[in-house]
Amino acid sequence: MKTNRREFIKISSMGMGALALATTPVLGWVPGFLKDDYTNPDDSKAKRYANYCEVCFWNCAGWVYTDEKDKIWKIIGNEDDPHSNGRFCPRGTGGVGMYNDNDRLKTPLKRVTDESGKQTFVKISWEEAFDTIAEKMTEIKDNYGSESFALFKHGSSGKHFAQLLKAYGSKNIAAPAYAQCKGPREEAFKVTFGHPLHSPEPLDIRDTKCLVLIGSHLGENMHNGQVQEMSEAIGKGVNIITVDPRFSTVASKSKFWLPIKPATDLALLLAWIHVIINEEIYDQKYVEKYTFGLESLKKHVENYTPEWAAGITTLSAQDIRDTAKEMANASPAVIVHPGRHVTWYGDDTQRLRAVAILNALLGSWGRRGGFFMPEKAKLPKYPEPKAPKPKWSWRDISPGKYPLAGTGVTNLLIDASHPDYEGDHKIKAWFIAGTNLIASIPDIKRTLDALNNQEFVVVVDTMPAEITGYADIVLPECTYLERYDSPRLAQHREPNIALRVPAAEPRFDSKPGWWICKEIATRIGKGDFFDYKDFSEVIDWQLKQVGTSLEEMKKIGVKKLNRKYDDLYFLEDEEIEFHTNTGKIELYSTTMEANGFDPMPKYTAHQESSEGFYRLIYGRTPAHTFSRTTNNPNLTALKAENDLWVNPKVASEWGFKNGQKLWLQNHQGKVSEFPIKIRITERIRWDSVFTAHGFGRTDKRLTRGYGRGISDSEMVSDVKIDKETGSTGMRNNFVTFLTEKPNTAKKES
Amino acid sequence: MRYGMAIDTRKCVGCADCVVACQTENNIPIGYTRDWIAELNEGTYPNLHLEIRSERCNHCENTPCVRTCPTGASHIILGGIVKVTHEECIGCGACIQSCPYDARYMHPDGYVDKCTFCDHRVANGQEPACVSVCPTHCMYFGDLDDPNSEVSKVVAANKIKTLAPEAGTKPQIFYLV
Repeated sequence: MKTNRREFIKISSMGMGALALATTPVLGWVPGFLKDDYTNPDDSKAKRYANYCEVCFWNCAGWVYTDEKDKIWKIIGNEDDPHSNGRFCPRGTGGVGMYNDNDRLKTPLKRVTDESGKQTFVKISWEEAFDTIAEKMTEIKDNYGSESFALFKHGSSGKHFAQLLKAYGSKNIAAPAYAQCKGPREEAFKVTFGHPLHSPEPLDIRDTKCLVLIGSHLGENMHNGQVQEMSEAIGKGVNIITVDPRFSTVASKSKFWLPIKPATDLALLLAWIHVIINEEIYDQKYVEKYTFGLESLKKHVENYTPEWAAGITTLSAQDIRDTAKEMANASPAVIVHPGRHVTWYGDDTQRLRAVAILNALLGSWGRRGGFFMPEKAKLPKYPEPKAPKPKWSWRDISPGKYPLAGTGVTNLLIDASHPDYEGDHKIKAWFIAGTNLIASIPDIKRTLDALNNQEFVVVVDTMPAEITGYADIVLPECTYLERYDSPRLAQHREPNIALRVPAAEPRFDSKPGWWICKEIATRIGKGDFFDYKDFSEVIDWQLKQVGTSLEEMKKIGVKKLNRKYDDLYFLEDEEIEFHTNTGKIELYSTTMEANGFDPMPKYTAHQESSEGFYRLIYGRTPAHTFSRTTNNPNLTALKAENDLWVNPKVASEWGFKNGQKLWLQNHQGKVSEFPIKIRITERIRWDSVFTAHGFGRTDKRLTRGYGRGISDSEMVSDVKIDKETGSTGMRNNFVTFLTEKPNTAKKES
Repeated sequence: MRYGMAIDTRKCVGCADCVVACQTENNIPIGYTRDWIAELNEGTYPNLHLEIRSERCNHCENTPCVRTCPTGASHIILGGIVKVTHEECIGCGACIQSCPYDARYMHPDGYVDKCTFCDHRVANGQEPACVSVCPTHCMYFGDLDDPNSEVSKVVAANKIKTLAPEAGTKPQIFYLV
């Protein structure tokens, strides 16, 4: 019975079905609605509330306007905010849709099983939800220790849940933002320059003369500040080099587009390093003064010639040489962009090491037009008792594995939760806050097997994301537009603080994350870790310690502070001690070597597609962030479903027509739940297909997202783990086309 | 006074923030738009060219939409902004047919609606919503009659084109290419 204890509950068996139907839909157009108040709301009559965006991790600060009726009207960027410079992206502008979405989670829900064994969610009170959770947390702690309760989190409210787990006694906390996204990049830059990049990446794009993008599709990913600076740089005549098997938006704005064979990027990077060293066009003064290991590196890349790389990448040796020279000509005002979602092939730390090395040779780290030295504002910690010390953490789950992992690895927590785990550090219960693990972590089957092995699962979200269907308790959080959270303290050229205050009362019976955590903490005897009535008290106290206040911040939204430490760029001939073992920028990494890894990146060939299969490449579309936006009324109006980019040669071989619906099957036999429309376009290589991430929603409660397009995550069952960081390489999956779904065909016959 | 726009296709990434901002600013019902993104792709792999641009009513100098309107609902206001008085519109759709840019749509309330250059904002000295939010700063708005306005300078200094010039409408939106 245990395996199907947490079977996915479909809407037909939902206890709250009637509730959902009874709600009046105000989304889309309602006759008469606009006639009544057609006149444009007037900025001068509107009220505005400070906030920072939660639609993506860029967290742009802005103003939420409410109209005369105190209804949320529009969201506009804050001009003092270095992330947005007063201009949001479509997702931030469309953030109003997160608030207006009538598919939102409305009340706490509890999984119940009736006498016949049928499972349903029933609506419960917050009191009952909290009592149940507190009881289970105590039980888990008594039976297995508090460490066996894990937290998967994303976004601002994740901080409150991390605080709850800390008070409870567990450090088993992880976010997909690391092992499914930027983990390898952070560690590669750390071992090279002594410093990870963090977010937003300190790239001096506005002043760069040469921007190199490897698989990074700026402009389709709307990393706002970077897109803005790229546009500014285009105005100043920047030379862009784009490496992508797809003719991306930014490829169309590039001086060089290198249509590389996918999965061979490291060969190109090594050949570039070869050219730059052998033609002695690196920044010689910088390299001599600041770096360690040039001679070893020179020897190491001896055979990685452009001619060698040409055979692997399908690019021409001449193009490889020309682009290397283009970078060197711009040096040090050149950026080989480190990317963000870099978990591709399982040797990602090594690939990002090559990126870091290339930047070091070009002298771009710490230089104008390269990487600036960011600074971050700090707020003192609100007083709290000493937290219990957990006996073990995620690092102990598989000792010796992933030695460079700098923060919690989601898939390690899944390993410790899985029935096949034989170690001593088992996970028995999950808290999931603001991350839809079904879409964010590859190999869904393994995630579900681990989940089904749990004694208790709580999911907190604003939307009925797929993961909520597997919970024992579902808690409806209000959106970022309806709650207080900790001020944003992200690094930038100037340290700054951005405020979030609610612009409206929470809709339905949703509640802020801080309140949820405080109530649970109180019931497990840890209320003193949440020693306040309202979270605004914490914010005000913290702000007052640094000479401002909640009152002042409500008026300005963003406060820029003066830099306290180093300059934005290295000074001429400045003596610098880097935080590496040698105190230098390590071209030859002593940390990698000490941990048993190649001290300099070596090229290894990756799996290739077989006849009739195409490498699945996924990415972003400007209107969406992850699965969290694919039910948003404003954003689905822009793009409701993804399509599959297919080269015309491939389409003609198969006899496909543009817009035809196809199911996909990957090389391990996994078939997509839904079909996807194909877009026949010259903009994609013949050996690959491309689609946007976050679509193909399987939960019927998502009325706009359900069944629209396919989920790329669903097609990623073959995962290649990065040995250094434990990150999950997801671009080793190959798909073929099915004109009908196999099991559907069976039913019909 | 002649309001117009210049849009730099070299900078535009087609994110459609202009579309969403227009919808929230002007309470456009979901599923309808006054502005949109056009993408034109030419060539064969790997020799490709892509142009992306934000489109809307061209606020033409020669306006077939106003000429065909039987009630006078479609009209031109100061500064050359083409508008529709919703109360006077009978929803016949003649203007929609006559527009070479497909810039007008039938509002579900039965009248024709279109871009106003956000004249309610312009009256307060603000830029149209689409221009004010664009993260790539690819749009310029202002008085084309004033040679010192930013939009005039941008139009004068760059290679430009207009859409469907063969229609003879004298559009007031210029694309930098």
